[in-house]
Amino acid sequence: MYVAVKGGERAIENAHRLLANVRRGDQSVPELSLDQISEQLGLAVDRVMSEGSLYDRELAALAIKQARGDLIEAIFLVRAFRATLPRFGASEPVNTGAMRVQRRVSSTFKDIPGGQILGPTFDYTHRLLDPSLAEGFVPEAPAVAEASTAPTPRVTDILGRDGLIETSPQAGDGASVGDLTREPLNFPADRDLRLQNLARGDEGFLLAMGYSTQRGYGRNHPFAGEIRFGEVEVELIAEDVGFAVPLGAIELTECQMVNQFKGSATEAPCFTRGYGLAFGQSERKTMSMALVDRALRARELGEEALAPAQDEEFVLSHSDNVQATGFVEHLKLPHYVDFQSELGLLRKLRREFAESTAVANASNAMKEAAE
Amino acid sequence: MAVLAHAEAGEIAARLRTIPLPGHQDLRAPENGLVMLRGRVGGDGAPFNLGEATVSRAAVRLASGEVGFGYTLGRDGEKARLIALCDALVQSRDFGAVVERDVIAPLREQLRVKRKRQAEETAATKVDFYTMVRGEG
Repeated sequence: MYVAVKGGERAIENAHRLLANVRRGDQSVPELSLDQISEQLGLAVDRVMSEGSLYDRELAALAIKQARGDLIEAIFLVRAFRATLPRFGASEPVNTGAMRVQRRVSSTFKDIPGGQILGPTFDYTHRLLDPSLAEGFVPEAPAVAEASTAPTPRVTDILGRDGLIETSPQAGDGASVGDLTREPLNFPADRDLRLQNLARGDEGFLLAMGYSTQRGYGRNHPFAGEIRFGEVEVELIAEDVGFAVPLGAIELTECQMVNQFKGSATEAPCFTRGYGLAFGQSERKTMSMALVDRALRARELGEEALAPAQDEEFVLSHSDNVQATGFVEHLKLPHYVDFQSELGLLRKLRREFAESTAVANASNAMKEAAE
Repeated sequence: MAVLAHAEAGEIAARLRTIPLPGHQDLRAPENGLVMLRGRVGGDGAPFNLGEATVSRAAVRLASGEVGFGYTLGRDGEKARLIALCDALVQSRDFGAVVERDVIAPLREQLRVKRKRQAEETAATKVDFYTMVRGEG
């Protein structure tokens, strides 16, 4: 007999009402505005846009507010929102070489054309808590210097001129671009799908995977060839217009990892590469992504693939925090019927155990008595 | 026209108010949607899908027949409509020059100033390496 269990509705409704109050907190404290989140918690917004896979600062700020600062919950909200809108098309691939650079560093060459530009960074701060930030802090105006008109070519382009680094794979004529929001991921996955997966993958997961390669689990000798952050223009070939229309600019971070050599009897040895790209200022994310992208190329580069970070199925199947949290967190939803059947089975096993023990004890007792 | 996508709807509207506008109608009412943003492997290789962005679009037709299209990042449909209106106006013999002069040019200048300021702040964080000379030269 199936017995439906009802009665949660009012409790759920009241729980959500309570949540709304707890989210707001002490109402004598001023409410956070979306602008405050977007302006003052900008890196949280960047992360939610990257992993929510939707570039919209205001929506990401709203999601962070609604999720009480739980970024994975916020990412979930953003992903759910994107499913409600039609898609107008795909942009022209952005040109990161033409980025209006706000930060650009290379750990491989001191004197890169265009220079080492630190921009707004936590690097070289002392990581000491600053009590002056607690309230009423007004920063000194930024220093200014004459803006340079010198181009900032990618470090990989400079290495590429001398053939010291492999060239980027080019698309074949009429090749379509894989899209895992449209078709489920199959293995082996091509580089376009792997990069899409990593771009929306969980920063913590990718950080751990990238770190594991540095600790020897799929070592690939990385150098941060270049990390750049800034604005790039976006264009869309609009079908109704018939040519590329400008959509505005987005902020991106790009990481070019330069890794140890490959070569063969017919090809001179050259550096290999891993690539990272993400919305906003997301340095840790793009560096981790580039390490993992390179590790996942083990098969293509004829390397032994024994480490977790080189296992494409393992990495790509576990990188998505919305999928992961869905499966982990569903465990807290009612499983009463499942659990009843488990309980029934366990009781039966215990009964059988008890019976067999009783039989064994009885036979032992008889044996002892006989001796 | 690219400059309009970088401006706020309010800024475009305020500048358009200074022009006596001809009759026009929405050919496509403003709507919100998504565009899949693409990057390239290694920055210069085969394209891949990076993630989506919200985009608004609209189309406007002037009474004189010119059709303008407006596309912009974000969910501000009114901004897309204003861009479409400007796009139609710049094609018009009567309004092209005045829209360029009173709407687009000032917004272009505003964007230039903003970008110059940002470039100067960025330039101040450029590293100047120097070599320490030790001992007696």
